[in-house]
Amino acid sequence: MSLQNIATIFRREIRFYFNSPIAYVVIIVFLSILGWFFSNNLFLMNIATLRIVFELVPLLFLFFAPAITMRLLAEEKKSGTLELLTTKPVRDVEIILGKFLAAWALLAAALLPTLVYVVIIVFLGPLDVGPVITGYLGLLLMGGVYIAIGLFTSSITENQIVAFIIGFLLVLTLFLLDKVLMYVPEGLASTMEFLSVDYHLSNIARGVIDSRDLLYFFSVLGFSLMLATVSLERRKW
Amino acid sequence: MAIAVRNLTKKYGSQVAVNDISFDVKSGEILGFLGPNGAGKTTTMKVITSYMPPTSGVVEIDGMNIADHSLEVRRKIGYLPELNPLYLDMNVMDYLEYSAKLLGLNDEAVRERRKEMVHSCGLESVRHRDIGELSKGFRQRVGLAQAMIHDPDVLIMDEPTSGLDPNQIVEIRNLIKQLGRAKTVVLSTHILTEVQATCDRVLIINEGSIVADGTPEELQRQFTASDMLTLELKTGLRDPLAEVIPKLRILARVTNVTLVSQANGTSSFELQTEKGADVREAAFRLAVSENWVILEMRRKATTLEEVFHKLTTA
Repeated sequence: MSLQNIATIFRREIRFYFNSPIAYVVIIVFLSILGWFFSNNLFLMNIATLRIVFELVPLLFLFFAPAITMRLLAEEKKSGTLELLTTKPVRDVEIILGKFLAAWALLAAALLPTLVYVVIIVFLGPLDVGPVITGYLGLLLMGGVYIAIGLFTSSITENQIVAFIIGFLLVLTLFLLDKVLMYVPEGLASTMEFLSVDYHLSNIARGVIDSRDLLYFFSVLGFSLMLATVSLERRKW
Repeated sequence: MAIAVRNLTKKYGSQVAVNDISFDVKSGEILGFLGPNGAGKTTTMKVITSYMPPTSGVVEIDGMNIADHSLEVRRKIGYLPELNPLYLDMNVMDYLEYSAKLLGLNDEAVRERRKEMVHSCGLESVRHRDIGELSKGFRQRVGLAQAMIHDPDVLIMDEPTSGLDPNQIVEIRNLIKQLGRAKTVVLSTHILTEVQATCDRVLIINEGSIVADGTPEELQRQFTASDMLTLELKTGLRDPLAEVIPKLRILARVTNVTLVSQANGTSSFELQTEKGADVREAAFRLAVSENWVILEMRRKATTLEEVFHKLTTA
């Protein structure tokens, strides 16, 4: 695998995001929604808490992640540039990784400014830093999982809307799995809980990094990227 | 750098796009790939460029099997796909840099080659513009620059002049000739004059099979059944049909004479002759002796168009 190729593709995608309105719209809308709720709590209810961040961000990611990823491969397929890209001396997995990292970086760039809230709260009173750090780590990993899934759905179609809707449905399902446990038989419940992304996020956000949670995030992420690579190679079947 | 295609077959599901074709392209040769739409030209090119593997068969470039040395081979090929897809949001310089880097050029080589390509493809005036803002002719130049940025030994171009106006076609054609010097070039087209203007050799492909292979001249000769001579005469005769045709008819090697048009004492004839026969002198002497005035005399060889038409319509 060539890191240089991954970096080249990564840079091209990042530049695309920031040369177009996409990056700015994503970051501004994302921060506006979070900021509105955070300052409501702070000024109207006199509560200084990060809870709202950790509750709201997973919901916002559900929408923003597939929106960021929907064009990544679908657009290249539609315009035919994928043929140019794949006939260059570049491996399919390098294409996938470069694009994945670029979209993930954009999501991280939207999340990063919310650290201001942490600073504000530190000024207002004592804060247990451990769970905040692990919480942010959890949010990033969750975002990575969503991005990987979104990239996969972008790889199966040349229609961006289809990529978005299927991607949204997949991440929503993963998110809702532990919210419908009361409706499923007991034997199935623990499996469903383990498959739910929100369950692992709340584990990590408690301040404890358990290898089982990390294993979950990285295996779902890796599996999605693998599917995306396979789907890109499907032209060869 | 030579290309060898051996028993290449490509099926899409049950549909056979390319059926067991074999051919060679010699190093430094410009090969024209001719055929109606859907004949298998694009599919063959997609296989040669490693976009997709063949169902069966082998492609070797410079003696290397492209299935086993995929990355290595791809580094040596410049490819201009059909419809010339480009990143419309990138500017010309960034795009060329992106392509060059993916092709493995280092920073210094990127700068150098990019400068060279911008110059030789005439892109100076638009080099900082977004590709999406460019006219079709400029986009085609960008496509060519992209394909040649790493100075590849092999150049594969799928309909490089489609959709261009006549002036642009001439420009691009000259560019291909100029830049393709000392490279092995395969280009597909269905414009026949293009083949005659640019290619050393022609492959005509129809319904997935090769139906003809040779230089444009060879093909014309090979598929010429008879030659034609157009003759326009001012005879002053009332009934040229009855008087002129029999006299033309008995000229040596003329097989058939037909009257094409007739007006005000001038009439046009088409003389069909045996293959390769030149009856112009005989026709001239006959006209002199009969006191006819020759207004026009023109030899018409079988054009490549006719060869193409004959081979690709069953």
